[in-house]
Amino acid sequence: MSAFRTASGGRIDRARPLRFSFDGRTLHGVQGDTLASALLANGVHLVGRSFKYHRPRGILSAGADEPNALVNLSRDTARSTPNVRATMIELYQDLKAVSQNRYPSLAFDVGAISNLLSPLLPAGFYYKTFKWPASWWKKVYEPAIRASAGLGRAPTLPDPDRYVPRWAHCDVLVVGAGPAGLAAALVAADAGAQVILCDEQNEFGGSLLAETTATIEGKSAQTWAAETVAALQKHPRVTLLPRTTAFGYSAHNMIGLSERVTDHLAAPSANLPRERLWQVRVREVVLATGALERPLVFPHNDRPGILLADAARTYANRYGVLPGKRVVVATANDSAYRAALDLHAAGATVAAIADIRPDPDGALVAQARAAGIPVRTATSVVRTGGSKRVSWAALAAVAGGSPEAVPCDAVLMSGGWTPSVHLFSQSRGKLRFDADQQAYIPDVSVERERSAGACRGVFGIAAALADGAAAGEAAAKAAGHGGAKAQTLPATGDAAGAGGWLGLVPNAAATKAFVDFQNDVTAKDVKLAVREGMRSIEHIKRYTTTGMATDQGKTSNLNALGVASAALQTPIPQIGHTTFRSPYTPVTFGALAGLSRDDLFEPVRATPIHAWAAEHGAAFEDVGMWKRAHFFPRAGEDLHAAVNRECVAVRRSVGIFDASTLGKIEIVGPDAAEFLNRMYVNAWTKLGVGRCRYGILCREDGFVRDDGVVGRIAADRFHVTTTTGGAAGVLAMMEDYLQTEWPDLDVWLTSTTEQFAVIAIQGPKAREVIAPLVEGLDISREHFPHMSVAECKVAGVPARLFRVSFSGELGFEVNVPADYGRAVWEALYASGHQHGITPYGTETMHVLRAEKGFIIVGQDTDGTNTPDDAGVGWAVAKSKRDFVGKRSLARASMSNPARKQLVGLMTVDGKTVLEEGAQLVENPNQPVPMTLLGHVTSSYFSASLGHPIALAMLSGGRARIGSTLHVPMPGGAITVRVTKPVFYDPEGARLDV
Amino acid sequence: MLLIACPYCGERPEIEFSYGGEAHIARPADPSALTDDQWAEYLYMRTNPKGTHSERWRHANGCGRFFNAVRDTVSDFFVVTYKSGEPRPDLPVKRVV
Repeated sequence: MSAFRTASGGRIDRARPLRFSFDGRTLHGVQGDTLASALLANGVHLVGRSFKYHRPRGILSAGADEPNALVNLSRDTARSTPNVRATMIELYQDLKAVSQNRYPSLAFDVGAISNLLSPLLPAGFYYKTFKWPASWWKKVYEPAIRASAGLGRAPTLPDPDRYVPRWAHCDVLVVGAGPAGLAAALVAADAGAQVILCDEQNEFGGSLLAETTATIEGKSAQTWAAETVAALQKHPRVTLLPRTTAFGYSAHNMIGLSERVTDHLAAPSANLPRERLWQVRVREVVLATGALERPLVFPHNDRPGILLADAARTYANRYGVLPGKRVVVATANDSAYRAALDLHAAGATVAAIADIRPDPDGALVAQARAAGIPVRTATSVVRTGGSKRVSWAALAAVAGGSPEAVPCDAVLMSGGWTPSVHLFSQSRGKLRFDADQQAYIPDVSVERERSAGACRGVFGIAAALADGAAAGEAAAKAAGHGGAKAQTLPATGDAAGAGGWLGLVPNAAATKAFVDFQNDVTAKDVKLAVREGMRSIEHIKRYTTTGMATDQGKTSNLNALGVASAALQTPIPQIGHTTFRSPYTPVTFGALAGLSRDDLFEPVRATPIHAWAAEHGAAFEDVGMWKRAHFFPRAGEDLHAAVNRECVAVRRSVGIFDASTLGKIEIVGPDAAEFLNRMYVNAWTKLGVGRCRYGILCREDGFVRDDGVVGRIAADRFHVTTTTGGAAGVLAMMEDYLQTEWPDLDVWLTSTTEQFAVIAIQGPKAREVIAPLVEGLDISREHFPHMSVAECKVAGVPARLFRVSFSGELGFEVNVPADYGRAVWEALYASGHQHGITPYGTETMHVLRAEKGFIIVGQDTDGTNTPDDAGVGWAVAKSKRDFVGKRSLARASMSNPARKQLVGLMTVDGKTVLEEGAQLVENPNQPVPMTLLGHVTSSYFSASLGHPIALAMLSGGRARIGSTLHVPMPGGAITVRVTKPVFYDPEGARLDV
Repeated sequence: MLLIACPYCGERPEIEFSYGGEAHIARPADPSALTDDQWAEYLYMRTNPKGTHSERWRHANGCGRFFNAVRDTVSDFFVVTYKSGEPRPDLPVKRVV
């Protein structure tokens, strides 16, 4: 049996041994061990190296507050989790754990040089270093810092496990299943409430799981706990969630729970998710989260073998493990005496109890003396020794005097108990500093919740049971289930939670007296922060990083306040406290992502034509959540080759393009035209039925927000199109004005984006392609001129046919009900076959429209351009009294000739394609920072013209047409000529067919 | 996850709503009659109080209606919600949720 395993006792099964490995070394534990207890049973205390100084570190606690023993747990190459607390890992067969932050090994770590250099590395040292020489930052300092930063190493393969979300409602959620929580759950459930009881541990019982002497209702505390849990398990209104941490309290009683389903299993079934993330909306919450023991702050209080006193007691009583054979206890309150007595009973020698208090007189103190344990009052541990394991503790009188070294192999420290108020604080409740308790406890609730037991400073089993029962009754009643009566349960046991010490122990140096173990923050650092001028605890926290590690200051916050209080000569309540934030303990990314991964990460919007495009080899691009065909490469073609071919094909003959993603809004009602007049810049009243107009929508500040062709289907019905990305926003803006500014208008709006598939046929042969399929409409040049719209049938399907062109060629857009989209596409494609019809994608669409100088809102405009800036000032109605944005357009600055205006650019060498976003300057040789005149917004090679083209927004652009400018690039400046923003068929003759 | 009481649908989680800025700011009936300063006042100037704030919300992923609310900007809790077009209640009724 392992050297430090006790012969009997503990909630472990000595008959079921388990094999595991730590840093490659095979060790043995038993069923019921945590990794921490199993390591201690084998006498292994050195489990890590501290964050900054690389000091040897051991296990400090027995629970979720563990700051030191962070290991990497792996099942296989992909399932590797860094920074897991060894105290929370349930041991299973062949568990594999590895220590972190050390090279090449835990025992010999070159990083330990930081410990020798520690005088140069106090808190905040990085605010004053790494500045000189400046060139060293990129080449030396940053790479070195990145390599040495952090504790664990992230896995490099995707997480193969499954994580599922769950939602639940209940009347009462009880967080924590110690005595207070169990009592609360029982009473609430009996009262008729639906209850969820959760606890982060694998077993319910909380502090009772380490109780060997206390009794409840005449039975042992552990028996009472087991019977109570069994009763709750059978209760029809109770859901029990062990291994489940309530990590976040959000508004209106929405609580986040993280349930670990398989991490404790040697061979998890593939049918189970690794974790579940619960979002529970609760009528009433009972917080029974207990209290966390504080370390004492004295020099070298961080050596392996120095543990929290109650943690040592838990190891002895719950896990059957002695943390040491000869222990020194350092304390300022009574509960450590229980630890000393229990360890003494389990076979350890307690060499001394050093109590800072001058006259401790509780029952436990008397018991300890009676057991023959040396008790030294008004005495403190002031230093320890031993490098990889503590080997002595120096005791000195509080008043002063030389210290005496006491040999030991473990030191147990207790600075008192801090009520765990994290969730209460997250709920935005107000805390109050209780001077008697020297602790922050819950004061004013904001949500429907109440705290019970040690988490609100009520210590002792009997008191916790009563407090929990009262809370359960109150919660059930508030949730509408009155009637249960909380009974007083008789209990024996210590009520030893009160009292303690905050801050540096008396008469001790501050150097290497650790306040925050995980972030390596000492009392000296906190004092340094105060000397540097930090007054607020928020600044002290951030300057020193105390409380900012993954343990969120569970064992350090109050001690930091104590040191700060002494340094500032200000009482703690006046200093305040920092904010507790979710999560209470780390939650995996997997649990938070849940099912939103890979194909389910984001909804994908695909058009009715999508499958056809995929079958025909299209490459797709993302436009918002839409997939759009980008180009249709033939064998051996890259993007440029395909686009060049597609462009030429459209202008020479005919192309077919899927425009289904564009937004469509049906505006209907007697006031439809009036509404459009007020929203868009154009004049709509005189737009005839069957006619279309290119509409511009501005914001109230006068800048272009969206554009699109608008067709008048009837006197009271308009078919408005928007950009793909702007659809939802435009409709929302319209609804805003309609509902809140002009509710008297008789008009209503319907999104029809997904109701119509839109097939664009563009090119000189376009009419010949669609004519055989059109019924009920004369689409000849005379009867269906450019910018017309009419209802008809196409390929037998009711359609709205638009004659519009974004390419500058003869063009039509066939709008059919979406379910018929593919069938109509295929009919048109077949009809176009004899004309060499070419499917083209968004890249070609962009090139063709740029050749014509048609803007794309959001590419050529950026939300700071007026219609006139963008070259579409002609669309603005001259004689409308008002429209959205009109007043802003009247501002003097909106007509400033130096404004950026849309122009064309041609590279003088006729070959270079400009980069979109590149800047324009007059003199490329001017010193940096150069005077920037504008930038390239769209840039392509034009196969139809045989040279590159570009559009740009250029200061005073229209006045600069004909001039020469330069585009500075890393490889040298490119010379360009400023042109009108139209390169192909400026007169529009190609449309007049 | 705040619950917001849409006057039409009842209590729904906050993710169903979009914010609409300060309430009870009517668009001027005749913008062209305003000076630049007056127009800027309408476009940009807002109360920004520490405390109760009258504001507009839209149940975007629900009924799609705009409505008004009084919300405490410090605690983030809604005091009361009321329909578009109704005046801000003088005395906030008991907290809606």
